Amino acid sequence: IVSTFNNYNDLYPDWTQREVSTGTTIMAVEFEGGVVIGADSRTTTGAYIANRVTDKLTPIHERIFCCRSGSAADTQAIADAVTYQLGFHSIELDEAPLVQTAASLFREMCYRYREELMAGIIVAGWDPRRGGQVYTVPVGGMMTRQPVSVGGSGSSYIYGYVDSNYRAGMSKEECLKFTAEALTLAMERDGSSGGVVRLAVISEQGVERQVILGNQLPKFSTV
Amino acid sequence: MASVSVCQYRPGGFSFENCKRNALLEADINKLGFSSPAARKTGTTICGVVYKDGVVLGADTRATEGMVVADKNCSKIHYISPNIYCCGAGTAADTEMTTQIISSNLELHSLSTGRLPRVTTANRMLKQMLFRYQGYIGAALVLGGVDCNGPHLYSIYPHGSTDKLPYVTMGSGSLAAMAVFEDRYRPNMEEEEAKRLVRDAIAAGIFNDLGSGSNIDLCVITKGNVDYLRPHDMANKKGVRTGSYRYKHGTTGVLTKAVTPLNLEVVEESVQTMDTS
Repeated sequence: IVSTFNNYNDLYPDWTQREVSTGTTIMAVEFEGGVVIGADSRTTTGAYIANRVTDKLTPIHERIFCCRSGSAADTQAIADAVTYQLGFHSIELDEAPLVQTAASLFREMCYRYREELMAGIIVAGWDPRRGGQVYTVPVGGMMTRQPVSVGGSGSSYIYGYVDSNYRAGMSKEECLKFTAEALTLAMERDGSSGGVVRLAVISEQGVERQVILGNQLPKFSTV
Repeated sequence: MASVSVCQYRPGGFSFENCKRNALLEADINKLGFSSPAARKTGTTICGVVYKDGVVLGADTRATEGMVVADKNCSKIHYISPNIYCCGAGTAADTEMTTQIISSNLELHSLSTGRLPRVTTANRMLKQMLFRYQGYIGAALVLGGVDCNGPHLYSIYPHGSTDKLPYVTMGSGSLAAMAVFEDRYRPNMEEEEAKRLVRDAIAAGIFNDLGSGSNIDLCVITKGNVDYLRPHDMANKKGVRTGSYRYKHGTTGVLTKAVTPLNLEVVEESVQTMDTS
Protein backbone atom coordinates (compact mmCIF):
# COMPACT_ATOMS: atom_id res chain seq x y z
CA ILE A 1 0.00 0.00 0.00
CA VAL A 2 1.40 3.43 -0.89
CA SER A 3 2.39 5.22 2.30
CA THR A 4 2.18 8.99 2.40
CA PHE A 5 4.56 11.28 4.18
CA ASN A 6 2.11 12.29 6.85
CA ASN A 7 0.47 9.14 8.07
CA TYR A 8 1.34 9.48 11.75
CA ASN A 9 -1.45 12.00 12.15
CA ASP A 10 -4.92 10.49 12.31
CA LEU A 11 -6.57 13.91 11.92
CA TYR A 12 -5.23 14.27 8.38
CA PRO A 13 -7.66 13.27 5.64
CA ASP A 14 -5.51 10.50 4.29
CA TRP A 15 -7.70 9.18 1.54
CA THR A 16 -4.98 6.97 0.10
CA GLN A 17 -5.09 4.85 3.24
CA ARG A 18 -8.61 5.29 4.57
CA GLU A 19 -11.70 4.81 2.55
CA VAL A 20 -14.50 7.32 2.79
CA SER A 21 -17.17 5.76 4.99
CA THR A 22 -20.64 6.78 5.98
CA GLY A 23 -20.09 5.83 9.64
CA THR A 24 -23.72 6.43 10.20
CA THR A 25 -27.04 6.11 11.85
CA ILE A 26 -29.95 5.17 9.60
CA MET A 27 -33.49 4.15 10.49
CA ALA A 28 -36.78 3.22 8.89
CA VAL A 29 -40.26 2.67 10.42
CA GLU A 30 -43.43 1.30 8.85
CA PHE A 31 -46.77 2.90 9.63
CA GLU A 32 -50.30 2.53 8.31
CA GLY A 33 -50.15 4.03 4.83
CA GLY A 34 -46.39 4.36 4.38
CA VAL A 35 -42.92 4.53 5.87
CA VAL A 36 -40.78 7.09 7.65
CA ILE A 37 -37.06 6.97 6.94
CA GLY A 38 -34.26 8.96 8.56
CA ALA A 39 -30.51 9.35 8.57
CA ASP A 40 -27.75 11.57 9.95
CA SER A 41 -25.55 13.54 7.56
CA ARG A 42 -21.93 12.79 8.37
CA THR A 43 -19.34 11.17 6.01
CA THR A 44 -15.87 10.59 7.44
CA THR A 45 -12.36 9.72 6.19
CA GLY A 46 -10.65 8.60 9.36
CA ALA A 47 -11.20 11.45 11.82
CA TYR A 48 -11.95 14.13 9.22
CA ILE A 49 -15.52 14.85 8.24
CA ALA A 50 -15.47 14.86 4.45
CA ASN A 51 -19.10 15.92 4.09
CA ARG A 52 -21.18 17.27 6.99
CA VAL A 53 -24.41 17.57 5.00
CA THR A 54 -24.56 14.20 3.22
CA ASP A 55 -27.88 12.92 1.93
CA LYS A 56 -27.92 9.23 2.79
CA LEU A 57 -31.57 8.79 1.80
CA THR A 58 -31.23 7.91 -1.87
CA PRO A 59 -34.21 7.62 -4.21
CA ILE A 60 -34.27 4.33 -6.11
CA HIS A 61 -37.66 4.86 -7.65
CA GLU A 62 -40.55 7.28 -7.26
CA ARG A 63 -41.79 5.74 -4.00
CA ILE A 64 -38.80 3.59 -3.02
CA PHE A 65 -35.79 4.90 -1.12
CA CYS A 66 -32.71 3.33 0.38
CA CYS A 67 -30.73 4.38 3.45
CA ARG A 68 -26.99 3.87 2.94
CA SER A 69 -24.38 2.93 5.54
CA GLY A 70 -20.86 1.54 5.23
CA SER A 71 -18.47 2.44 2.45
CA ALA A 72 -19.61 5.56 0.58
CA ALA A 73 -18.15 4.37 -2.74
CA ASP A 74 -19.69 0.88 -2.47
CA THR A 75 -23.16 2.08 -1.49
CA GLN A 76 -23.24 4.82 -4.14
CA ALA A 77 -22.20 2.33 -6.82
CA ILE A 78 -24.74 -0.28 -5.65
CA ALA A 79 -27.54 2.30 -5.44
CA ASP A 80 -26.76 3.58 -8.97
CA ALA A 81 -26.78 0.02 -10.34
CA VAL A 82 -30.06 -0.92 -8.60
CA THR A 83 -31.70 2.37 -9.70
CA TYR A 84 -30.88 1.46 -13.29
CA GLN A 85 -32.06 -2.14 -12.96
CA LEU A 86 -35.30 -1.18 -11.19
CA GLY A 87 -36.07 1.58 -13.71
CA PHE A 88 -35.61 -0.88 -16.56
CA HIS A 89 -37.76 -3.49 -14.80
CA SER A 90 -40.50 -0.93 -14.11
CA ILE A 91 -40.64 0.09 -17.78
CA GLU A 92 -40.85 -3.57 -18.81
CA LEU A 93 -43.64 -4.16 -16.30
CA ASP A 94 -45.38 -0.86 -17.13
CA GLU A 95 -46.19 -0.67 -13.43
CA ALA A 96 -44.71 0.75 -10.24
CA PRO A 97 -42.16 -1.78 -8.93
CA LEU A 98 -42.62 -3.57 -5.60
CA VAL A 99 -40.45 -2.56 -2.64
CA GLN A 100 -39.63 -6.25 -2.27
CA THR A 101 -38.23 -6.26 -5.81
CA ALA A 102 -35.93 -3.36 -5.01
CA ALA A 103 -34.82 -5.07 -1.81
CA SER A 104 -34.19 -8.30 -3.73
CA LEU A 105 -31.99 -6.48 -6.24
CA PHE A 106 -29.96 -4.99 -3.40
CA ARG A 107 -29.69 -8.40 -1.78
CA GLU A 108 -28.55 -10.07 -5.02
CA MET A 109 -25.71 -7.59 -5.40
CA CYS A 110 -24.72 -7.41 -1.73
CA TYR A 111 -24.67 -11.20 -1.36
CA ARG A 112 -22.92 -12.01 -4.66
CA TYR A 113 -20.11 -9.56 -3.99
CA ARG A 114 -20.14 -9.87 -0.21
CA GLU A 115 -16.34 -10.35 0.01
CA GLU A 116 -15.62 -7.16 -1.92
CA LEU A 117 -18.31 -4.88 -0.52
CA MET A 118 -18.95 -3.13 2.77
CA ALA A 119 -22.54 -1.98 2.60
CA GLY A 120 -25.40 -1.97 5.09
CA ILE A 121 -28.61 -0.85 3.39
CA ILE A 122 -32.19 -0.32 4.51
CA VAL A 123 -34.71 -0.34 1.65
CA ALA A 124 -38.05 1.33 2.38
CA GLY A 125 -41.00 2.52 0.34
CA TRP A 126 -44.64 2.24 -0.58
CA ASP A 127 -46.25 0.13 -3.27
CA PRO A 128 -49.94 -0.42 -4.08
CA ARG A 129 -49.84 -4.15 -3.29
CA ARG A 130 -48.45 -4.24 0.24
CA GLY A 131 -48.40 -0.59 1.38
CA GLY A 132 -45.47 0.70 3.42
CA GLN A 133 -42.62 -1.77 3.84
CA VAL A 134 -39.12 -1.77 5.36
CA TYR A 135 -36.54 -4.34 4.30
CA THR A 136 -33.07 -4.49 5.80
CA VAL A 137 -30.02 -5.76 3.86
CA PRO A 138 -27.10 -5.69 6.31
CA VAL A 139 -23.41 -6.51 5.60
CA GLY A 140 -23.21 -10.05 4.25
CA GLY A 141 -26.29 -9.83 2.09
CA MET A 142 -29.20 -11.18 4.14
CA MET A 143 -32.60 -9.63 3.43
CA THR A 144 -35.48 -9.50 5.85
CA ARG A 145 -38.62 -7.42 6.34
CA GLN A 146 -38.98 -5.61 9.67
CA PRO A 147 -41.52 -3.09 10.99
CA VAL A 148 -38.62 -1.02 12.41
CA SER A 149 -35.01 -1.17 11.35
CA VAL A 150 -31.87 0.69 12.42
CA GLY A 151 -28.42 0.51 10.90
CA GLY A 152 -24.95 1.99 10.82
CA SER A 153 -22.32 2.47 13.51
CA GLY A 154 -24.64 4.63 15.63
CA SER A 155 -27.41 2.06 15.70
CA SER A 156 -25.70 0.11 18.50
CA TYR A 157 -26.52 2.96 20.90
CA ILE A 158 -30.24 3.05 20.21
CA TYR A 159 -31.39 -0.58 20.09
CA GLY A 160 -32.63 -0.24 23.67
CA TYR A 161 -34.45 3.02 22.91
CA VAL A 162 -36.06 1.62 19.77
CA ASP A 163 -37.10 -1.70 21.36
CA SER A 164 -38.71 0.03 24.35
CA ASN A 165 -40.37 2.94 22.50
CA TYR A 166 -41.71 1.28 19.35
CA ARG A 167 -45.42 0.50 19.30
CA ALA A 168 -47.32 -1.07 16.43
CA GLY A 169 -49.96 1.21 14.91
CA MET A 170 -48.22 4.57 15.43
CA SER A 171 -49.37 7.50 13.32
CA LYS A 172 -47.20 9.33 10.81
CA GLU A 173 -46.43 12.18 13.24
CA GLU A 174 -45.58 9.75 16.04
CA CYS A 175 -43.23 7.85 13.70
CA LEU A 176 -41.50 11.10 12.69
CA LYS A 177 -41.00 12.08 16.32
CA PHE A 178 -39.80 8.56 17.20
CA THR A 179 -37.28 8.53 14.33
CA ALA A 180 -35.98 12.04 15.00
CA GLU A 181 -35.47 11.31 18.69
CA ALA A 182 -33.75 7.98 18.07
CA LEU A 183 -31.37 9.51 15.52
CA THR A 184 -30.61 12.43 17.82
CA LEU A 185 -29.68 10.09 20.65
CA ALA A 186 -27.42 8.05 18.36
CA MET A 187 -25.75 11.17 16.92
CA GLU A 188 -25.11 12.40 20.44
CA ARG A 189 -23.15 9.29 21.38
CA ASP A 190 -21.59 8.04 18.13
CA GLY A 191 -18.59 10.03 16.91
CA SER A 192 -19.10 8.90 13.32
CA SER A 193 -22.68 10.21 13.23
CA GLY A 194 -23.72 13.83 13.33
CA GLY A 195 -24.67 16.92 11.38
CA VAL A 196 -28.35 17.29 10.58
CA VAL A 197 -31.23 14.80 10.70
CA ARG A 198 -32.75 14.09 7.31
CA LEU A 199 -36.25 12.61 7.30
CA ALA A 200 -38.60 11.46 4.56
CA VAL A 201 -42.17 10.16 4.55
CA ILE A 202 -43.10 7.87 1.67
CA SER A 203 -46.78 7.13 1.09
CA GLU A 204 -49.37 6.83 -1.64
CA GLN A 205 -49.36 10.63 -1.97
CA GLY A 206 -45.65 10.72 -2.71
CA VAL A 207 -42.51 11.73 -0.81
CA GLU A 208 -42.21 14.55 1.75
CA ARG A 209 -38.67 15.41 2.83
CA GLN A 210 -37.54 17.42 5.80
CA VAL A 211 -34.33 18.48 7.49
CA ILE A 212 -33.88 19.09 11.21
CA LEU A 213 -30.88 21.36 11.79
CA GLY A 214 -28.51 21.03 14.74
CA ASN A 215 -30.13 23.65 16.95
CA GLN A 216 -33.62 22.31 16.27
CA LEU A 217 -32.88 18.73 17.34
CA PRO A 218 -34.93 17.36 20.27
CA LYS A 219 -33.24 17.90 23.61
CA PHE A 220 -32.73 15.19 26.19
CA SER A 221 -30.88 15.31 29.50
CA THR A 222 -28.29 18.05 29.86
CA VAL A 223 -25.70 15.67 31.29
CA MET B 1 -25.26 -0.96 -28.74
CA ALA B 2 -22.24 0.73 -30.33
CA SER B 3 -19.83 2.07 -27.76
CA VAL B 4 -18.29 5.47 -28.39
CA SER B 5 -15.77 5.14 -25.57
CA VAL B 6 -12.02 5.01 -26.11
CA CYS B 7 -11.73 2.60 -23.16
CA GLN B 8 -12.06 -1.02 -24.22
CA TYR B 9 -14.22 -2.95 -21.79
CA ARG B 10 -12.31 -6.05 -20.79
CA PRO B 11 -14.57 -9.00 -20.01
CA GLY B 12 -13.77 -10.75 -16.74
CA GLY B 13 -12.98 -7.61 -14.79
CA PHE B 14 -9.66 -6.02 -13.88
CA SER B 15 -6.89 -8.45 -12.94
CA PHE B 16 -5.40 -7.51 -9.62
CA GLU B 17 -2.56 -10.05 -10.04
CA ASN B 18 -0.02 -7.29 -10.60
CA CYS B 19 -0.92 -5.74 -7.26
CA LYS B 20 0.14 -8.95 -5.50
CA ARG B 21 3.32 -9.03 -7.59
CA ASN B 22 4.10 -5.42 -6.70
CA ALA B 23 3.63 -6.14 -3.02
CA LEU B 24 6.03 -9.11 -3.26
CA LEU B 25 8.62 -7.07 -5.17
CA GLU B 26 8.34 -4.29 -2.61
CA ALA B 27 9.01 -6.77 0.19
CA ASP B 28 12.01 -8.23 -1.69
CA ILE B 29 13.50 -4.80 -2.33
CA ASN B 30 13.08 -3.82 1.29
CA LYS B 31 14.87 -7.02 2.36
CA LEU B 32 17.93 -5.93 0.33
CA GLY B 33 17.89 -2.60 2.14
CA PHE B 34 16.70 -0.44 -0.75
CA SER B 35 13.43 1.42 -1.05
CA SER B 36 11.33 1.46 -4.18
CA PRO B 37 10.94 4.87 -5.86
CA ALA B 38 8.00 6.78 -4.50
CA ALA B 39 5.31 7.71 -6.98
CA ARG B 40 5.24 11.43 -7.64
CA LYS B 41 2.31 12.82 -5.67
CA THR B 42 0.71 16.18 -5.83
CA GLY B 43 0.64 16.74 -2.04
CA THR B 44 -1.76 19.46 -2.72
CA THR B 45 -4.40 21.99 -1.94
CA ILE B 46 -7.28 22.10 -4.41
CA CYS B 47 -10.69 23.62 -3.90
CA GLY B 48 -13.79 24.85 -5.63
CA VAL B 49 -16.70 27.15 -4.89
CA VAL B 50 -20.08 27.76 -6.53
CA TYR B 51 -20.94 31.46 -6.82
CA LYS B 52 -23.66 33.54 -8.43
CA ASP B 53 -22.69 33.11 -12.08
CA GLY B 54 -20.72 29.84 -12.03
CA VAL B 55 -17.84 28.06 -10.30
CA VAL B 56 -14.32 29.05 -9.30
CA LEU B 57 -11.70 26.29 -9.08
CA GLY B 58 -8.34 26.82 -7.41
CA ALA B 59 -5.11 24.87 -6.97
CA ASP B 60 -1.54 25.29 -5.77
CA THR B 61 1.33 24.34 -8.12
CA ARG B 62 3.72 22.13 -6.13
CA ALA B 63 4.38 18.49 -7.08
CA THR B 64 6.38 16.44 -4.56
CA GLU B 65 8.37 13.21 -4.76
CA GLY B 66 8.72 12.17 -1.15
CA MET B 67 10.11 15.23 0.66
CA VAL B 68 11.57 16.85 -2.49
CA VAL B 69 9.71 19.27 -4.73
CA ALA B 70 9.70 17.66 -8.17
CA ASP B 71 7.90 20.46 -10.00
CA LYS B 72 7.58 24.01 -8.69
CA ASN B 73 4.97 25.04 -11.21
CA CYS B 74 2.84 22.11 -12.28
CA SER B 75 -0.68 22.58 -13.57
CA LYS B 76 -3.32 20.83 -11.47
CA ILE B 77 -6.43 22.21 -13.12
CA HIS B 78 -7.16 19.88 -16.02
CA TYR B 79 -9.38 20.43 -19.04
CA ILE B 80 -12.34 18.07 -19.33
CA SER B 81 -14.52 19.91 -21.83
CA PRO B 82 -15.00 23.58 -22.85
CA ASN B 83 -17.38 24.10 -19.93
CA ILE B 84 -15.94 21.63 -17.38
CA TYR B 85 -12.57 21.64 -15.60
CA CYS B 86 -11.18 19.29 -12.95
CA CYS B 87 -8.57 19.82 -10.21
CA GLY B 88 -6.58 16.72 -9.25
CA ALA B 89 -4.85 15.67 -6.03
CA GLY B 90 -3.12 12.39 -5.26
CA THR B 91 -0.81 10.51 -7.62
CA ALA B 92 0.12 12.95 -10.43
CA ALA B 93 0.07 10.32 -13.19
CA ASP B 94 -3.31 9.00 -12.08
CA THR B 95 -5.02 12.40 -12.04
CA GLU B 96 -3.47 13.36 -15.39
CA MET B 97 -4.43 10.14 -17.21
CA THR B 98 -7.87 9.77 -15.60
CA THR B 99 -8.89 13.30 -16.55
CA GLN B 100 -7.54 12.84 -20.09
CA ILE B 101 -9.42 9.56 -20.58
CA ILE B 102 -12.70 11.00 -19.35
CA SER B 103 -12.14 14.19 -21.39
CA SER B 104 -11.69 12.10 -24.51
CA ASN B 105 -14.73 9.91 -23.85
CA LEU B 106 -16.81 12.95 -22.99
CA GLU B 107 -15.92 14.63 -26.28
CA LEU B 108 -17.04 11.54 -28.20
CA HIS B 109 -20.20 11.39 -26.10
CA SER B 110 -20.86 15.08 -26.77
CA LEU B 111 -20.49 14.57 -30.52
CA SER B 112 -22.83 11.60 -30.31
CA THR B 113 -25.55 13.47 -28.38
CA GLY B 114 -24.99 16.76 -30.20
CA ARG B 115 -25.09 18.63 -26.88
CA LEU B 116 -22.71 20.42 -24.56
CA PRO B 117 -21.58 17.85 -21.94
CA ARG B 118 -23.05 18.03 -18.45
CA VAL B 119 -21.01 18.04 -15.26
CA THR B 120 -23.06 15.17 -13.87
CA THR B 121 -22.06 13.03 -16.87
CA ALA B 122 -18.37 13.67 -16.22
CA ASN B 123 -18.99 12.85 -12.55
CA ARG B 124 -20.67 9.53 -13.43
CA MET B 125 -17.87 8.53 -15.79
CA LEU B 126 -15.16 9.40 -13.27
CA LYS B 127 -16.80 7.65 -10.31
CA GLN B 128 -17.57 4.50 -12.29
CA MET B 129 -13.97 4.26 -13.49
CA LEU B 130 -12.46 4.89 -10.06
CA PHE B 131 -14.83 2.37 -8.42
CA ARG B 132 -13.86 -0.23 -11.02
CA TYR B 133 -10.22 0.13 -9.92
CA GLN B 134 -11.21 -0.15 -6.24
CA GLY B 135 -9.08 2.78 -5.06
CA TYR B 136 -5.84 1.65 -6.72
CA ILE B 137 -6.01 4.72 -8.97
CA GLY B 138 -5.03 7.39 -6.45
CA ALA B 139 -6.97 10.29 -7.91
CA ALA B 140 -8.93 12.66 -5.68
CA LEU B 141 -10.67 15.24 -7.85
CA VAL B 142 -12.62 18.47 -7.60
CA LEU B 143 -14.85 18.64 -10.67
CA GLY B 144 -16.59 21.87 -11.58
CA GLY B 145 -18.40 23.36 -14.54
CA VAL B 146 -21.45 25.12 -15.91
CA ASP B 147 -24.00 23.41 -18.11
CA CYS B 148 -27.64 23.83 -19.18
CA ASN B 149 -28.75 23.15 -15.59
CA GLY B 150 -26.49 25.77 -14.02
CA PRO B 151 -23.20 25.62 -12.12
CA HIS B 152 -22.20 22.33 -10.45
CA LEU B 153 -19.35 21.26 -8.18
CA TYR B 154 -18.41 17.70 -7.18
CA SER B 155 -15.67 16.14 -5.05
CA ILE B 156 -14.59 12.67 -6.16
CA TYR B 157 -12.60 10.29 -3.95
CA PRO B 158 -10.19 7.55 -5.13
CA HIS B 159 -12.57 4.74 -4.19
CA GLY B 160 -15.32 6.19 -6.31
CA SER B 161 -17.60 8.04 -3.90
CA THR B 162 -18.72 11.56 -4.82
CA ASP B 163 -20.31 14.49 -3.03
CA LYS B 164 -22.20 17.33 -4.67
CA LEU B 165 -21.63 20.46 -2.60
CA PRO B 166 -21.44 24.27 -2.88
CA TYR B 167 -17.82 24.30 -1.69
CA VAL B 168 -15.21 21.53 -1.53
CA THR B 169 -11.51 21.10 -0.76
CA MET B 170 -9.18 18.15 -1.36
CA GLY B 171 -5.55 17.25 -0.86
CA SER B 172 -3.13 17.40 2.05
CA GLY B 173 -3.91 21.10 2.54
CA SER B 174 -7.67 20.56 2.46
CA LEU B 175 -8.13 21.14 6.20
CA ALA B 176 -6.48 24.55 6.02
CA ALA B 177 -8.52 25.51 2.94
CA MET B 178 -11.78 24.18 4.42
CA ALA B 179 -11.23 26.34 7.52
CA VAL B 180 -11.20 29.43 5.29
CA PHE B 181 -14.33 28.28 3.44
CA GLU B 182 -16.28 27.45 6.58
CA ASP B 183 -15.51 30.93 7.90
CA ARG B 184 -16.27 33.05 4.85
CA TYR B 185 -18.44 31.15 2.37
CA ARG B 186 -21.83 32.65 1.53
CA PRO B 187 -24.27 31.48 -1.13
CA ASN B 188 -24.53 33.60 -4.33
CA MET B 189 -21.27 35.53 -3.95
CA GLU B 190 -20.04 37.96 -6.59
CA GLU B 191 -17.17 36.90 -8.84
CA GLU B 192 -14.49 39.03 -7.19
CA GLU B 193 -15.44 37.85 -3.72
CA ALA B 194 -15.50 34.20 -4.85
CA LYS B 195 -12.04 34.55 -6.47
CA ARG B 196 -10.69 36.19 -3.31
CA LEU B 197 -12.14 33.40 -1.18
CA VAL B 198 -10.63 30.64 -3.32
CA ARG B 199 -7.30 32.47 -3.48
CA ASP B 200 -7.23 32.77 0.31
CA ALA B 201 -8.20 29.13 0.80
CA ILE B 202 -5.36 27.93 -1.45
CA ALA B 203 -2.99 30.37 0.24
CA ALA B 204 -3.95 28.87 3.61
CA GLY B 205 -3.01 25.45 2.21
CA ILE B 206 0.24 26.74 0.71
CA PHE B 207 1.49 28.44 3.85
CA ASN B 208 0.28 25.90 6.42
CA ASP B 209 0.81 22.57 4.62
CA LEU B 210 4.24 21.29 3.70
CA GLY B 211 2.93 19.35 0.72
CA SER B 212 1.51 22.45 -0.99
CA GLY B 213 3.37 25.48 -2.23
CA SER B 214 4.43 27.84 -5.00
CA ASN B 215 1.75 29.70 -6.94
CA ILE B 216 -2.04 29.83 -6.98
CA ASP B 217 -3.88 28.88 -10.16
CA LEU B 218 -7.52 29.84 -10.59
CA CYS B 219 -10.13 28.80 -13.12
CA VAL B 220 -13.37 30.79 -13.33
CA ILE B 221 -16.12 29.02 -15.29
CA THR B 222 -19.30 30.83 -16.24
CA LYS B 223 -21.96 30.19 -18.86
CA GLY B 224 -20.18 30.49 -22.17
CA ASN B 225 -16.81 31.64 -20.80
CA VAL B 226 -13.78 30.23 -18.99
CA ASP B 227 -10.97 32.32 -17.45
CA TYR B 228 -7.95 30.09 -16.88
CA LEU B 229 -5.77 32.27 -14.65
CA ARG B 230 -2.38 30.61 -14.48
CA PRO B 231 -0.79 31.98 -12.42
CA HIS B 232 -3.36 34.06 -10.64
CA ASP B 233 -1.12 34.82 -7.71
CA MET B 234 2.63 34.23 -7.46
CA ALA B 235 2.60 33.80 -3.71
CA ASN B 236 6.14 32.42 -3.57
CA LYS B 237 8.40 34.38 -5.91
CA LYS B 238 12.04 33.30 -5.72
CA GLY B 239 14.00 35.87 -3.75
CA VAL B 240 16.74 38.03 -5.32
CA ARG B 241 20.22 37.45 -3.93
CA THR B 242 21.55 40.58 -2.24
CA GLY B 243 25.21 39.76 -2.92
CA SER B 244 27.12 38.23 -5.84
CA TYR B 245 29.69 35.40 -5.83
CA ARG B 246 31.24 36.43 -9.17
CA TYR B 247 34.94 37.05 -8.75
CA LYS B 248 36.91 39.44 -10.98
CA HIS B 249 39.49 38.01 -13.40
CA GLY B 250 42.86 37.86 -11.67
CA THR B 251 41.47 37.25 -8.16
CA THR B 252 43.23 33.89 -8.10
CA GLY B 253 46.86 34.23 -9.13
CA VAL B 254 48.12 31.72 -11.80
CA LEU B 255 51.48 30.14 -10.87
CA THR B 256 52.13 27.79 -13.84
CA LYS B 257 50.37 26.99 -17.11
CA ALA B 258 50.85 23.82 -19.25
CA VAL B 259 49.02 23.45 -22.61
CA THR B 260 48.86 20.00 -24.34
CA PRO B 261 47.17 20.04 -27.77
CA LEU B 262 45.29 16.79 -28.51
CA ASN B 263 45.75 15.44 -32.07
CA LEU B 264 42.23 14.54 -33.16
CA GLU B 265 41.65 13.61 -36.79
CA VAL B 266 38.17 13.41 -38.30
CA VAL B 267 37.60 9.72 -39.14
CA GLU B 268 34.03 9.81 -40.40
CA GLU B 269 31.54 12.57 -40.93
CA SER B 270 27.89 12.03 -41.66
CA VAL B 271 25.11 14.59 -41.80
CA GLN B 272 21.50 13.67 -41.13
CA THR B 273 18.99 16.42 -41.75
CA MET B 274 16.14 16.62 -39.24
CA ASP B 275 12.63 17.08 -40.51
CA THR B 276 11.69 20.30 -38.82
CA SER B 277 8.52 20.95 -40.78
